[in-house]
Amino acid sequence: MKLHEYQSKTIFSKYGIPIPKGRVAATAQEAKQIAEELGGRVVIKAQVLVGGRGKAGGVKLAKDPAEAAQLAAQILGMEIKGLPVRKVLVDEASAIDQEIYFSITNDRAAKKPVMIASAAGGIDIEEVAAKTPDKIIKSHIDPLLGLREYQARDVAVAMDLPREYMKDFVKIAMGLWEVYKATDATLAEINPLVITKDKKMVALDGKMMIDDSALFRQPDLNEMRDTDEDDPAEIEARKYGLSFIKLDGNIGCMVNGAGLAMTSMDVIKLFGGEPANFLDIGGGASAEKVTAAMRIILTDPNVKAVLFNIFGGITRCDEVARGILIAMEEVKPKVPMIVRLVGTNAEEGRKLLENANMITAETLADAAKKSVEAAQKGN
Amino acid sequence: MSILVDKNTRLIVQGVTGNEGLFHTTQMVAYGTNVVGGVTPGKGGEWVLNGKLPVFDSVKTAREATDANATIIFVPARFAADAMFEAADAGIPLIICITEGVAVQDMMRVRNYLDQKKVRLIGPNCPGLLTPGEAKVGIIPGDIAIPGNIGVVSRSGTLTYEVLYAMKNLGMGASTCVGIGGDPVNGTNFLDVLEMFEHDPKTEKVIMIGEIGGNEEERAAEYIGSKMTKPVAAFIAGQTAPAGKRMGHAGAIIEAGAGTAADKIKALEAAGVRVAKHPEEIPTLL
Repeated sequence: MKLHEYQSKTIFSKYGIPIPKGRVAATAQEAKQIAEELGGRVVIKAQVLVGGRGKAGGVKLAKDPAEAAQLAAQILGMEIKGLPVRKVLVDEASAIDQEIYFSITNDRAAKKPVMIASAAGGIDIEEVAAKTPDKIIKSHIDPLLGLREYQARDVAVAMDLPREYMKDFVKIAMGLWEVYKATDATLAEINPLVITKDKKMVALDGKMMIDDSALFRQPDLNEMRDTDEDDPAEIEARKYGLSFIKLDGNIGCMVNGAGLAMTSMDVIKLFGGEPANFLDIGGGASAEKVTAAMRIILTDPNVKAVLFNIFGGITRCDEVARGILIAMEEVKPKVPMIVRLVGTNAEEGRKLLENANMITAETLADAAKKSVEAAQKGN
Repeated sequence: MSILVDKNTRLIVQGVTGNEGLFHTTQMVAYGTNVVGGVTPGKGGEWVLNGKLPVFDSVKTAREATDANATIIFVPARFAADAMFEAADAGIPLIICITEGVAVQDMMRVRNYLDQKKVRLIGPNCPGLLTPGEAKVGIIPGDIAIPGNIGVVSRSGTLTYEVLYAMKNLGMGASTCVGIGGDPVNGTNFLDVLEMFEHDPKTEKVIMIGEIGGNEEERAAEYIGSKMTKPVAAFIAGQTAPAGKRMGHAGAIIEAGAGTAADKIKALEAAGVRVAKHPEEIPTLL
């Protein structure tokens, strides 16, 4: 789960990381009011859950409340990488001396958290990493010991941070580690962490991602989830514990297991078709789940055929077949259905579907070919 | 011989009285796996499987009573990390964790602790292990594989079943099938299993099933290219998966370039691995 900048910075602040004064606004009028409260120049920042918003024109400087209102109106009407801007953050403007990059994230290869820092922070940090990797400082953190202060000091020295800021930096690093740990973050990033002209260290921007598997113990964060930017079908799927991603093709897919679901998409493409979605119904698929999955797939008007690829393990094929029958009754699909059942109770499953007017297939390749043919006929 | 599990495996089941635990324990016993006990805190002293399998309160007491040398974990995700710590502290050298959805930070703590104790972990979020004809330690359907000389290692669950089934249809059998699981932080990786297969006299060829994300396939390719003498065929799932919307820069900085199916296929082919276009084609490449 991704958090917005304003949400991330509120959390940072709770753990002692200095942030600029500011608030979030949903209208130009609100933005104006916040600018009046703050006084002086303000920054208007689009709140969207995607990177690159600065380069897309979603961050602007306003010299007074009137301009703040005008710029907020402009940004609130924007779309950034396909996402409409619904909120802006209005922050007091800072006079910046230096921009630092600082984050804590998971290094899956090392199986440890890693602290990443660079004195060359800012929006071009990925270019810095690609062209001058020696300007990126990385330090792994023992997950059993936690971040030790000396490690933060070493990072400060390695990036040539002026010594007078060492203490502030260590405090911010320890704070960010606490944020990362307490929120089950997979990413806690400050870019830029700035040194202001009046010699303060401030987290000007913040990005966080939270581990979805840990949300059971993060009820407060779960409530922060912004579903405005999710596809409605994906929200519906989540309710039923289905993993669903909408794609642009015309062959709907219902598969058990993520790897097999991806593979089914690959094989459809291999035989000249285009998948309409990724859908993993998971283990032990009940009739309720199958019905929900079928409904979700068929809400997409592009879908011209649906492929069911079920390899029974924990999931029993007869149970899925019963689900398909109930779903067919309820949804009454008008497109051809191609079904392949293999594994636990496949024989019983196939018998149940004998009179259901479905196209059956033996192998995955065969199922994919038949789906592509059926979708082409439907076009 | 085979790797990790065989007829000398003495297995206990953590979460034996839960729905899934009990169902799969029944299946494992029916397959012939030597299951010697189960653990459910608070249910010590009870018996399951019609009075044939004793239940203990803790892994420690179970190990002392049964001399178990492996454990399989079916407990819910929020209790899984604790179950793995408990097994390691009880001195069990091999842990197989089937549970899906274990928090990543929990897994980093578990993995680093287990490494210090030199305990081997398979999973989590995996289908487990199958040495056909000897032991099924996990949820892979027993009847889709036959004994043979091909080692199979995979990050996926049902996709692995596809491949075992395709092998069986061609009369090809497996020495051991290892499902290492698809989580970003897991116990045993491709490289570990490839090394074991390379040294296992019963394994003559290897099938590797990878997917997008991370760089384990690339690291495996390096090993195959430089050290491995046995032929390897592979499949990488997710060739058509769309890239996610990324936020923040840290991922791009630490995983620069790695992770796409195209990169993995390129690395494997450069190491002499034959990469299949679809899973049913893999066995025919060996």
